[in-house]
Amino acid sequence: MVKPESGAGVAAGKYSIAHLTHQPRRHYGRWLAATLIVIALAMIVKAFAQGQIAWPVVGQFFTAPAIISGLWNTILMTICAMALGLVLGVIFAIMIMSPNPVLKYVAVFYIWFFRGTPLLLQLLLWFNLALIFPTLGIPGLFEMRTVDFMTPFMATLLGLGINQGAYTAEVVRGGILSVDNGQIEAAKVIGMTRLTMLRRIILPQAMRVIIPPVGNEVISMVKLTSVASVIQYSEILRNAQAVYYANNRVMELLIVSAIWYLVVVTVLSIGQHLLEKYYSRSEGRRGAKRVQAAAAEGA
Amino acid sequence: MCAMVVIADIDKHFGNFQALSKVSLEIEQGEVLCIIGPSGSGKSTLLRCINQLERIDAGAIWIEDELVGFRQEGNRLYELTEPQIARQRLASGMVFQRFNLFAHMTVLENIIEGPVVVQKRPKSAVVPEALALLDQVGLRDKRDAYPSELSGGQQQRIAIARALAMKPKLMLFDEPTSALDPELVSDVLNVMRDLARSGMTMVVVTHELGFAREVAHRVVFMDQGRIVESGPPQQLLSHPTEKRTQDFIAAVLS
Ligand SMILES: Nc1ncnc2c1ncn2[C@@H]1O[C@H](COP(=O)(O)OP(=O)(O)O)[C@@H](O)[C@H]1O
Ligand SMILES: [Mg+2]
Repeated sequence: MVKPESGAGVAAGKYSIAHLTHQPRRHYGRWLAATLIVIALAMIVKAFAQGQIAWPVVGQFFTAPAIISGLWNTILMTICAMALGLVLGVIFAIMIMSPNPVLKYVAVFYIWFFRGTPLLLQLLLWFNLALIFPTLGIPGLFEMRTVDFMTPFMATLLGLGINQGAYTAEVVRGGILSVDNGQIEAAKVIGMTRLTMLRRIILPQAMRVIIPPVGNEVISMVKLTSVASVIQYSEILRNAQAVYYANNRVMELLIVSAIWYLVVVTVLSIGQHLLEKYYSRSEGRRGAKRVQAAAAEGA
Repeated sequence: MCAMVVIADIDKHFGNFQALSKVSLEIEQGEVLCIIGPSGSGKSTLLRCINQLERIDAGAIWIEDELVGFRQEGNRLYELTEPQIARQRLASGMVFQRFNLFAHMTVLENIIEGPVVVQKRPKSAVVPEALALLDQVGLRDKRDAYPSELSGGQQQRIAIARALAMKPKLMLFDEPTSALDPELVSDVLNVMRDLARSGMTMVVVTHELGFAREVAHRVVFMDQGRIVESGPPQQLLSHPTEKRTQDFIAAVLS
């Protein structure tokens, strides 16, 4: 076959169409899907607008003292339980990687037990601890009645925190394993001891791997605290229930709680994003570009 | 006067594999010693035994007459504790083939980390020294860069500065230019040459025979975990007596 020469000759014969305008393909499927979803959304909005929801009641109870104090208790519990979970997670991650078999298998057992049983059951176990140990303490030093110690707050904190620690231990272990062995050798040769190395080199570098899953777990924790309503911890959902038992505005108070959960979770998501950016700063310009590209792909 | 480093009959095993067999070596104060040899001959292992990244199975090492890694009591050698070993490691600085700069720290932070965190010296005294070291390796303008923003040659020069900031008595280099693009090798070798001229005691594992010929006081050839021969560079590199050394040098030069 004779290849067309460039220039005037190309305009002849079947090659004469090269000047025509290009028409992109039409995506009828996308248009159809978008139309259906818009219609469905409109119907949902209409249903809520016409439903038996007293929106003024939602506004009225949004900042009611019971709701705000419940919100505060939810946030407080999230912070405390997560802090306990992180500390335990780091300790057990180090134990599970220890050459000492006793430390290692204690950690393995801990993770096995607390990941293997439902959180609700663990909360009930802590709350009812007085049934098997009427008093707590170190013999001869101090002693107290378990029911005095195991308040709803303490039982929830222990339940959520210790359970969280079992999950966080695995995440922290993954983060520590992700640190290049060369970094550890470089730390050793400038005379660092193991603890210094952990604090200055290993954990800061593991953070990049640890932060995203832990961020997600903080967000889960906000919502998990609602389980504590079964042992009378006054978090936001339990307080909302207390209000609607009295005034029968069930839906309105559930909506109030839902909005508050969304507010807290949104704020936390923004914080998580900023933290991730901070811990990946050392990836430099190339790294920053990679993060942007990944974000653009994800969008 | 006795040698700065004395290595006497050391063995090192990895499982059943013997990586070092009865290696003995003395390194004088201010000496530049190059170690050459085929891959897997135990060169890195020897360096890593000197700074206790590996624990020796037999024999003994002294640095400035201090027994390394053990305490002698009667006719037994008791292994030292981890903090004691960490303190002994300060005697030597090490430069790795793969640089191993702390990835989450800037150049300046990398250099002052050891002096400030390990040696507990005041930052106000350490920072000016670190900047002087950056001048010495020609990278003062990179003080706030992260390692990932630097070329391999720049990272290696920073790694040398980081080791020097600890004021070690001797410097160990494990193939410092093997991971570099060819055009970056000379920058690193220049820094090392200056360091040798300043009187630093250096042990350099390298395949750069030109560098060894020019800078080394003595070259050691290793094969299969043993020192095969050693001597001044002109003699060992140009007129090696052992067949294995001749073959190796011919292979590297071809
Ligand atoms: N951590 C280790 N575990 C098992 N074998 C090792 C280890 N380090 C080195 N070796 C072995 O010891 C031998 C010597 O290694 P090395 O000192 O790194 O050689 P060189 O630096 O001369 O190339 C090699 O055969 C290597 O496979
Ligand atoms: Mg090697």
